[in-house]
Amino acid sequence: MAWRDSRKNRARLLLFISSIILGVAALVAINSFRENLKKDIDRQAKTVIGADLVLSNNQPISDSIEWLLDSIGGQRAHERSFASMIYFPRTHDTRLVQIRALDGAFPFYGDIETEPQSASSQFRVGQKALVDHTLLLQFNANPGDSVKIGNLSFYIEGRIKKLPGQNGIAATVAPPVYIPLKYLNQTGLQQKGSRIRYRYYIKLPAQTEVEKLVKNIRPRLKSEGIGIRTVASTKNNLGDAFDNLSEFLNLVAFVALLLGCVGVASAVHIYVKEKLATVAVLRCLGLQGIQALMIYLIQIIVMGFIGALIGAVAGSLIQTTLPFVLKDFLPIEIDLAISWPSIFQGIGIGIFISLLFALIPLLKILKVSPLLTLRASFESTADKGDRINWVVYMLITAFIYLFAFLQMGSWLDALFFCLGLGVSFLLLTGVARLIMWVVRKYFPVSWSFIWRQGLANLYRPNNQTLILIISVGLGTALITTLYFTQNLLLDKVSLSSIGNQPNMVMFDIQSNQKAALNKLTAEYKLPIIQEAPIVTMRLTNVNGQTKSQIEKDSLNDIPRWAFNREYRVTYRDYLIDSEKTAEGEWKGKVARAGDPIYISVDKGYAERMKVGIGDTLTFNVQGALLDTYISHLREIEWNRVQTNFLVLFPKGVLEDAPQFHVIMTRTEQQNVSASFQQAVVRNFPNVSVIDLGLILSTIDEILNKVSFVIQFMAMFSILTGFFVLISSVILSKYQRIQESVLLRTIGANRNQIMKITALEYFLLGSLASVTGIVIALVSSWLLAYFSFDTSFTPNLLPILGIYVIITTLTIIIGILNSTGILSKPPLEVLRREV
Amino acid sequence: MLAVKNLTKTYKSGNRALTVLDDISFEINRGDTFAIVGPSGSGKTTLLGLCAGLDRATSGSVVLNNILLDRLNEDERAFVRNQHVGFIFQNFQLIPTLTALENVMVPLELRGERNIKERSLKLLERVGLGDRKHHYPAQLSGGEQQRVSLARAFSNEPKILFADEPTGNLDEETSEKVVKLIFDLNREAGTTLVMVTHDMDLAGKTQRIIRIKGGKLISDNILAPTGGN
Repeated sequence: MAWRDSRKNRARLLLFISSIILGVAALVAINSFRENLKKDIDRQAKTVIGADLVLSNNQPISDSIEWLLDSIGGQRAHERSFASMIYFPRTHDTRLVQIRALDGAFPFYGDIETEPQSASSQFRVGQKALVDHTLLLQFNANPGDSVKIGNLSFYIEGRIKKLPGQNGIAATVAPPVYIPLKYLNQTGLQQKGSRIRYRYYIKLPAQTEVEKLVKNIRPRLKSEGIGIRTVASTKNNLGDAFDNLSEFLNLVAFVALLLGCVGVASAVHIYVKEKLATVAVLRCLGLQGIQALMIYLIQIIVMGFIGALIGAVAGSLIQTTLPFVLKDFLPIEIDLAISWPSIFQGIGIGIFISLLFALIPLLKILKVSPLLTLRASFESTADKGDRINWVVYMLITAFIYLFAFLQMGSWLDALFFCLGLGVSFLLLTGVARLIMWVVRKYFPVSWSFIWRQGLANLYRPNNQTLILIISVGLGTALITTLYFTQNLLLDKVSLSSIGNQPNMVMFDIQSNQKAALNKLTAEYKLPIIQEAPIVTMRLTNVNGQTKSQIEKDSLNDIPRWAFNREYRVTYRDYLIDSEKTAEGEWKGKVARAGDPIYISVDKGYAERMKVGIGDTLTFNVQGALLDTYISHLREIEWNRVQTNFLVLFPKGVLEDAPQFHVIMTRTEQQNVSASFQQAVVRNFPNVSVIDLGLILSTIDEILNKVSFVIQFMAMFSILTGFFVLISSVILSKYQRIQESVLLRTIGANRNQIMKITALEYFLLGSLASVTGIVIALVSSWLLAYFSFDTSFTPNLLPILGIYVIITTLTIIIGILNSTGILSKPPLEVLRREV
Repeated sequence: MLAVKNLTKTYKSGNRALTVLDDISFEINRGDTFAIVGPSGSGKTTLLGLCAGLDRATSGSVVLNNILLDRLNEDERAFVRNQHVGFIFQNFQLIPTLTALENVMVPLELRGERNIKERSLKLLERVGLGDRKHHYPAQLSGGEQQRVSLARAFSNEPKILFADEPTGNLDEETSEKVVKLIFDLNREAGTTLVMVTHDMDLAGKTQRIIRIKGGKLISDNILAPTGGN
């Protein structure tokens, strides 16, 4: 019966289900990709770190650790890396890069991919360098040219195509340049106070149980502040990073699916309405309510299966585009394969959720009275407060909650996700109902027929107000929130380049170079906007307690990172523009050696550390322990272009400690900037120059890549929104057709019907998009306030743009849909459709 | 009032051409009542639709109130219908989303006329449904719906009324009431009436009956004297 009943409606049934295709496709694509990525991470983890074990620190390993490593055996490679300027003599260009001075056969697993291929081994045997290929492109340099690093020139042996474990984004920030370690000293870049990262790559003897070994040596290594990476920890880190990303993308896909399901529910609602007469006839002939329900349930399951299947196939195809979309974030090569579990999961979720949503309108069928055959009435099928309905609603809520929980892994986050969705639904429903009530109550009886007809269509029987406002509104809310969030992130990092703010930072300046560099800056007529000495140190005690004592104290929740990080501290006796006293008094000076040292810390840092005025912090300054007292808290504007410091020391303490200096200046002209940078690199090879313009464009580039990924996923929701919109409008044709044809019969012209239709869809599109935008504004504000800790001032123009686009699309789809009817003679349509 | 000349209508069904009306000609004078009878599938409703400008003929011509319909586009024919024609259908064809009163008002609204509520309400009262003006079609019985459609048909003071099996969906008692209303209103307004029916008693109430079978006109009987142009 289900088969026979569907004969005349299959195309329409498929239309219902089309709404879920994209949602399922997105889910299958993301899950398949995640599955393949996991497999590839397992397979390639060794080549990602290039060794079995990597140790790293900001100082060379001690003799005792050296002995420890000797006792382990295996092969070892050693790398020292730091940021520095390089200079291309041929073009006189300079750029901040990541110098990696390498000794040994790293990588032990995988390769440094170079061009020519032999370069990865050849550069190790002479005064040669491997240079990142985008850097070479940028400065129009080639293998065979030379590059100056510090005091030494290197022959460019080849271009680096891919490094083990490095993704595109990392290379954008600081492009890598490899040189042999034995030439590092001659470059003159390794000086006291230089910020060098020391890495030791170890290939363990075969049959070594890595994890067991690491467990044994970890306490020794940790006591010296040495970081440890193993293949297993890399797998976990990579897996975690991509789990977070794919969970987010999965939620976006799920929202697309939910949106599709709203479409399914609305379509089935209309379908059921039209089928009530058929059901009544069947009921007259003795069909039971449950049997009638089964007829339509089977139709929906079959169509849901077809829709989900098409979605799964599309998802598997879309998956092949994801490596392209995510290529800048991937540290490994992805081998794409069909992921059957993801396909089955996608199809299962697709069928289940479309069935759940279809059940709400389908349950009406249970209640159809055979009396309907004799007399149609409005109230005959009303089933308000029906318990089964509530069960279905609860099932839907439970399913959404469970799915969100599985993606987010937190009951609370899942609850917020569901609450957000629920509130949006309620708000949209509320707006729809309010509009219907207001239009009916204050109906403008004196307006022209077309206006009244268009307005009245909002509340008359068979109106689409509720369903279109929910589907279009939710789609708009989602798209707009994504847009606002993206801008929030962009605004947060777009450091102001206006006014007299610095746009060039020079760092790693030795104390004895400071005066000469200041002089050089003055020669170029550039202002010195800020200069600061920087001393690096580590925190050892908080209120007399060491890290290990705090870790054992369950009541003390000072975060561990406070001890693990390196502090770059400055000293002065005044506050700068970007700082404001939040609490306490800034003393600024220590008069005599041995006097108490009163320091100032960032207010936010103090809150996270759970310390305040009067607490003591002990720092290890290159071996010397300094006890300090917090006497002052500062509020710092972190997004200003300044060198800002969590910890500020008074004068009279750190002057003799190993230190380097930072100088900030500003230059308007690019050519001055370039020639000044060249002069700095020529005269002070160890000094690094950061061109903030370059950094800003780099950040912009990264964010563009991130937002591309987000937009790519949001596209599924947007397209689903349009699918729902199109199918809602097409389905409504079956309702509106009779009205339009009758109007046509009694003399309405094409223009009048067009105007009525356009007006109705204009009102629906406007209401839906405005409500959606309001929801997006509220949720973006909440995100800005609670998640990004920033203020949110929306730009009016894009809002207007979104409104115009959504509304226009709604009108266009509505009108396109009616033109088919209008071009046919009324009699033909009357006989066929009515 | 209405002149039909050599009217032929052919539908394409796959590769086959199906002739529904074959070379039909007749003329009706202003104010006449006229019935088209014939068995199911004989082409009665198609003929009515062509006469009223609801469809285009394959060949032949229809002149309605001195307007040659064949040359008009759909919008121009809609204008003619709105100005000169009233309709009554077997299945009432009220607009389901409009109330009884709104349904009656629609033809006048489409003309852009103002202050039409009173007139429409009067018509609704004339058919005995003044108290059901705010009811939607689904809330009315078949007879009531047909009476609303009658009020609508006369609301634009048509020159010609086309009725397609107006009692086909009604019981005997209701049919009688509706038929009486049709003829009374018709007489009061001096409208020409063209009615399709297979009820010979009803057809007998008109002045002239044409009979069609298989798309061909097989007889034309004048039962009572008709007017002249």
